[in-house]
Amino acid sequence: MHQQAGSHLAEPSDGPVAVSVQDLQIETSSGHVPVVMDVSFEIAAGEVLGVVGESGSGKTTVGLSLLGHARRGLQISGGTVMLGDQDILTLDDEELRRLRGSLVSYVPQDPASSLNPALRIGLQLREVLEAHSSGRGVNHEERMAELMREVALSDDPAYLRRYPHELSGGQQQRVGLAMAFANRPRLIVLDEPTTGLDVTTQATVLATVRELAAAHNVAALYVSHDLAVVAALARRVAVMYAGRIVEMGLAEELFDSSAHPYTRRLVGAIPRLTGGRSLLGIPGHAPSPGKRPSGCAFAPRCTMHIPECDVEVPPLAPVGPEHSARCIRAHEVVKQSQAKAGDPVDIAPAESSTAVLTLDNVVARYGKIEVLHSINLQLEAHECLAVVGESGSGKTTTARSIAGLHRDWTGSIRLGDKELETAARSRSTESRRQIQYIFQNPYGSLNPRKTIGETVAQPLAVFGIASGRDADTRVGEMLEQVSLSASYARRYPDQLSGGERQRVAIARALISSPAILVCDEVTSALDVSVQAAIVELLGRLQRDLGLSMVFVTHNLPLVRSIAQKVAVLSQGSIVEYGETATVLADPQQPYTQQLLANTPSLEMATAEALHIDHSSP
Amino acid sequence: MSQTEEAPALAEGVQTPTPAGRSSTLVARAMRLWRTRIGALLVLLLVLIAVIGPYIAPHAPDKFVAIPDTPPGGKAGLLGTDYLGQDVLSRFLYGGRGILVMAFVSTAIGLIFGIAIGLVAAYARNALDDVLMRLMDVIMAFPQIMLALVAVSLIGAHTWVIIVAIALTTAPRVARVARGAAQPVVERDFIQATESMGLSRIRILTGELLPNILGPMMVEASLRLTYSIAVIAGLAFLGLSPNANDANWGTMIQQNQIALPVQPWGALAPIIAIALLTMGTGLFGDGIARTAAGIDRERGDE
Repeated sequence: MHQQAGSHLAEPSDGPVAVSVQDLQIETSSGHVPVVMDVSFEIAAGEVLGVVGESGSGKTTVGLSLLGHARRGLQISGGTVMLGDQDILTLDDEELRRLRGSLVSYVPQDPASSLNPALRIGLQLREVLEAHSSGRGVNHEERMAELMREVALSDDPAYLRRYPHELSGGQQQRVGLAMAFANRPRLIVLDEPTTGLDVTTQATVLATVRELAAAHNVAALYVSHDLAVVAALARRVAVMYAGRIVEMGLAEELFDSSAHPYTRRLVGAIPRLTGGRSLLGIPGHAPSPGKRPSGCAFAPRCTMHIPECDVEVPPLAPVGPEHSARCIRAHEVVKQSQAKAGDPVDIAPAESSTAVLTLDNVVARYGKIEVLHSINLQLEAHECLAVVGESGSGKTTTARSIAGLHRDWTGSIRLGDKELETAARSRSTESRRQIQYIFQNPYGSLNPRKTIGETVAQPLAVFGIASGRDADTRVGEMLEQVSLSASYARRYPDQLSGGERQRVAIARALISSPAILVCDEVTSALDVSVQAAIVELLGRLQRDLGLSMVFVTHNLPLVRSIAQKVAVLSQGSIVEYGETATVLADPQQPYTQQLLANTPSLEMATAEALHIDHSSP
Repeated sequence: MSQTEEAPALAEGVQTPTPAGRSSTLVARAMRLWRTRIGALLVLLLVLIAVIGPYIAPHAPDKFVAIPDTPPGGKAGLLGTDYLGQDVLSRFLYGGRGILVMAFVSTAIGLIFGIAIGLVAAYARNALDDVLMRLMDVIMAFPQIMLALVAVSLIGAHTWVIIVAIALTTAPRVARVARGAAQPVVERDFIQATESMGLSRIRILTGELLPNILGPMMVEASLRLTYSIAVIAGLAFLGLSPNANDANWGTMIQQNQIALPVQPWGALAPIIAIALLTMGTGLFGDGIARTAAGIDRERGDE
């Protein structure tokens, strides 16, 4: 019933159809719970189709199905995946094996784990070529050199003799790309290949993908959670939610005039470089497979919800020439002015200019290597200072030194006018209470064997603030303050989602009423809509509780939404420091300019997409 | 590195299967596997025999009932008589207690010291770690039975000597596993979170680290128990048990092995008991190990 809608949507304007997916259904092998439903799309040769969705939306599952593969516990239960005139889903294992790597290839998310650490990269590249070459003893040297040049790596034979660990993350991912493009496939599936890479590296890897796909007429499916990245790369984008494509269309159309409320909210949750706006998270969370409502899966979280939404799953209906959405009120949604984001953030400069935290000539080392060179920073009361930089810039070391988690530093860190000892353990209980730290990974920062209540109450006991019933009450209040309910106290971390865990971590940090909160990449492991909600929460708590905050992040647009001041770190030194608005609008240092230019953002992507559109015939 | 350590794919939106309350602990979940159930049943059965055996034994263990080495039947009872004409069934029912008590006590002592040393070493991450573990290596260089033999032949086959010897040789092996299990936990952020609060080291070890290695430690405990039983039975077989005349499964095997062709039960009954007991602890440990590793987690989607 829905495939008719799917088949005539988004007829690609250029090139023959390389791959055509019709009515794809994927379910769990035990219990037959549908995981992916009614997915249909086509990709033209040389086209990049973006698939965007949050965790659990089924985007990776769809990507893998193009290789005829279903993850353990899942099975493809219906539909066709036509590659040329061949239905991949009807092939047996041996045929699939021949197909993969030659006609279809895959670039996984984590290059470090997809390359064999014990083998030289040249050997691994050769293996791919040999696996699908007919002639024995064919000389692949020249082809390998060519592949290396294509992905902008050195074609020096000595380089091919390196091991994966001798390469940076970006270089590893380039090798992954070289392997994927090695046999000139017709279709390539990229599963978040730039997640975990720095913006600069990401920008170059994305450019490589785009060039290779266009140059060799390869159809590419680019799976990502990052709308901005996808917008920078793909002409058309499919948005997935709860196992279905809820909206599909041209990238700029999707972001400027979304026809599905989910897309609209998702776009609103993305931090923008231009104009600091508060981010709006999406309340609630996506239903898990088996618990999806009978009607529209987004209905329970939707502000435009009407009773008809719950009757049946809306079909993917066209709203424009290359634009379709799975919403019965799509035409109304499109007409609404795009909610860019929330209101502009009230970035009132801190009234009192009393420094609560001062870093003076801080030099930190790891063993013999100096990772921070003379850092000078000042955090004023009620101020949020963002520390941004790429990996290896020393931003996390700075944060850890402040909290006393990194001990090997010299110089002076003062809390108010009190000098702090290097290690947290040698500091006074009072100064330990004053500075609280929130970790990057909410999956690692909570003890899995303790209830949420025990975890949040721990600072109360350690700092001797409260105990017994008083402590329980405070824990309950604190959980309410971070928008969880007091009943969470009895749960264990594995029963919580990532966003909820990070809220618990925030509750643990705030329950001892600290003066300074140090946040280390607290949203980098979370989905965009969850990130928005967490940033929203931190901003509110900072205002309400009068906190001073050090916010470490690699995400420049995010800085706009939360911080009054920003310090840009590069290779252990501060290269630029000042008011957020000033620095981001008019960066003085080449490094900052470069960083900004490489940051994928919706505004730039849209501009670029328009540019590509005009230039294409 | 820490970014990819755990899949962020499990973030918001994916509801983790919510176990009802927390009653489903590791053991409870392991009990869903047949191997764990059979293992537990075997251990329970033999522990029961050892504990209540003396109360239901038809004769005193040292009472003469019939001509030596009489096969089962009639006056000789269900399992016949042994080389001294004593009732095999009665001696069998009496003979488990000594072995089990020594095995449990020595293993428990070994576990406590082993876990303590392993945790300290894992958390220290410095020279202390090296010193402790090299010390453990030295002890481990002696095979368990060798060290027990030397100790018993030097000091005498007292209960405490056997217990100390086995505990001493169990501890380093436990320590290695405990250290190995604790090392990745030490690196996790929640340990640092408690460090930044200034929680004392002893409380970090017992309150934060220990609960996170209980799974592998239970596996190790059952494995060590198996070895302890084997060593104690082995010593008894060599005649090195606290009271050579008391009924004891190990001694029974040794004393009655000559009669195997005519009256096998004198040796077979304790052999079967020890085999089933070690199999039971082994299966139980394996079940827990599998559950902890999630091998048998076939819930489809995840």
